[in-house]
Amino acid sequence: MTSLTRISAPRLPLLAGALLASVFGLGLAGPAHALGTIKIGVIGEDAAVAGTSITKAAQLAADEINAKGGIKGHKVEVITYDDHSSAADAVRAFQRAVNQDKVDAVIASYISEVALAIEPWSARLKKVWITPGAASTDISKHVHDDYAHYKYTFHGWLTSAFIAQSICDFSKDTLVKDFHMKSSVVMSEDAAWTTPLDARYLKCLPESGLKVLDHIRFNPDTTDFTPIYNKIEGEHPDVIITGISHVGVQPTVQWHDQRVPIAMAGQSSQATTSTFWKDTNGAAEGVITATAAGPGVAITPKTIPFIEAYQKKYGATPAYSGFSAYDDVYMLADAIAAANSSDGDKIVEQMEKTDYVGTIGRVQFYEKGNQYAHAMKYGTNYVSGTFIQWQNGKQVTVWPTNVANAKIKFPDFVKLPEQHAAK
Amino acid sequence: MVALQILIDGFAISSLYALGAMGFTLIFGVSGVLNLSHGGIMVIAAVIGWLAAGDLGLGVYLGTLVGVIAGLIAAYVTYFVVILPIQRSKAIPRDENEIFILTGTLLWGIMIQVGLAYLFTDNPVTMRPLIDGVTYIAGVRVPKNEIMIAVICWVVIGLLWLLVNRTPAGKRLLAASINPRGLTLLGFDLSRIYFFVWGIYGLLAGVAGVLLASFLGVSSASAGQLTASAFSIVVLGGLGSVSGSLVAAYIVGYLETMTAYLIEPTLRPIPALLLLVLVIYVRPQGILGRR
Repeated sequence: MTSLTRISAPRLPLLAGALLASVFGLGLAGPAHALGTIKIGVIGEDAAVAGTSITKAAQLAADEINAKGGIKGHKVEVITYDDHSSAADAVRAFQRAVNQDKVDAVIASYISEVALAIEPWSARLKKVWITPGAASTDISKHVHDDYAHYKYTFHGWLTSAFIAQSICDFSKDTLVKDFHMKSSVVMSEDAAWTTPLDARYLKCLPESGLKVLDHIRFNPDTTDFTPIYNKIEGEHPDVIITGISHVGVQPTVQWHDQRVPIAMAGQSSQATTSTFWKDTNGAAEGVITATAAGPGVAITPKTIPFIEAYQKKYGATPAYSGFSAYDDVYMLADAIAAANSSDGDKIVEQMEKTDYVGTIGRVQFYEKGNQYAHAMKYGTNYVSGTFIQWQNGKQVTVWPTNVANAKIKFPDFVKLPEQHAAK
Repeated sequence: MVALQILIDGFAISSLYALGAMGFTLIFGVSGVLNLSHGGIMVIAAVIGWLAAGDLGLGVYLGTLVGVIAGLIAAYVTYFVVILPIQRSKAIPRDENEIFILTGTLLWGIMIQVGLAYLFTDNPVTMRPLIDGVTYIAGVRVPKNEIMIAVICWVVIGLLWLLVNRTPAGKRLLAASINPRGLTLLGFDLSRIYFFVWGIYGLLAGVAGVLLASFLGVSSASAGQLTASAFSIVVLGGLGSVSGSLVAAYIVGYLETMTAYLIEPTLRPIPALLLLVLVIYVRPQGILGRR
């Protein structure tokens, strides 16, 4: 006796309809119910440094909110999913979160390819979601180009263009001014987020005083970086400007083990978490990366308590995406509670009004019509990121100057422009 | 200058390839098993070595040793848990044994990969170099560790050669690879020979895994790629031919290094794979294959 025959005939069409709906994601949204517990789906990547920080930090935020009695009396429940760094898995997780687990909003991923795959599904299912770590400028460009459709997407991390801009601003203030560096080679992994990143690098680095001698995009599957470093060394730049997130350990360890005599700075996402020192056996010494916040530096009053609570609970500091995921839970919960509804459109309205001082600065989103619609505002009054350098096993903050707690110091094997000249 | 760089870099990576592939081909030659969990076993050795050296605080040398032992244990587990039950199963027809072993080890390899990713993330791990620092060979800056790795590889390859050619146990291995039935008729116990060869295989894969971790870094995601590279080297050299895979390892290693330096790092594996296709057409038994 097959299981199908057990279903009474009149229910079959209903079942088929539900199946079709779930396959095509039609989202037979139930009647709007009174808001009880706020449910937030969190899709992370448990096997990746930046991805695992997302789910952990979100859980921490929910625990804190609930310990204080919830928001406007609503408890917050976080339901986590692992997308295994796969866009297909992430889309399935998103569908499941919306259709089966009935979440009110979703926080998802640090990978731009994944975020770009989720975006159309949030439009179809009319479900608000925010990415705490993906960077591609295309995410907010879609919102700008087709607002009515894509307005459910929010970009909770700096876009690639702003990341590149912050790196250029940092370079101008430090590498060019203090170290008299004049030339650079851009070295980025080939991924969706680095395309706009590199485009901005090539434009703003020369404006900051660093001539770009070469632009290298490498396959993220690369294991041996020797030929790449060899090529770069032949071009004699003062600094390698990085754009790496999926890779990190291997280029760093090989840079150190081979004593590549060129400074390295830029966006190296894996270097933003405290485990990077151990992962590289200390080869991280001297590496500079943009991140959300450095340890011990209070960008806002919430920064240090968050880092300490995270470290206490999980034994390591969060990656950059952890800061934003933590803030995202608060922002979403506030917006959902204010909307007092699970209705996507109402939550969008509230999210657009966000003015929230989180762990990494003051968060507001660019308005409809802006080319970065629904992306986080960039700037010293909002979120501008900080720059950390690994020194003696610790992350020290070296920029912006008003929050810096250390001076930039490069390892012995790095030849600085003065030393070149003295030779 | 670039030529010298290629010569030096290619040598280290080729030696590592050789070490990894020799165990792989030995197993096939002696027991007819194509072990598709090969890369997984190398990664286990690397990750456990890294764990022992770092988290357990044993230091790099003891850590290396622990990693190699982990490789050995992983090889035996593969043999006793995956391969022996398939070989002994009455439900599997004898002439389908090989395809079942292929499938079994492939699945086992995936299980290892996913398990390691779950436990240790798929972030690459790197062992601290055995010796730190760099030296200059005719003006080319070379990490001392790279030289050390090449030396260790060749010492191990030398020991393997001595074992196979100069010891009675090694001669039995050789005999088993040529004519297992003859050996049984002479009263030798094949299962003991298999036990022995899996031990050698485990040590070779373990050493290769740990050294790779200290040279380039290894992650659970490398498991499939490592199996594929060992497989193509072994097919190129001739399935079951140990000296063939040694030659093939150097061909593949240098071809890859030259591609990375002279054409484009991204295209690194392509020419070697094209060569493999060509060899399969022109000389299907491989460079030094017997049949």
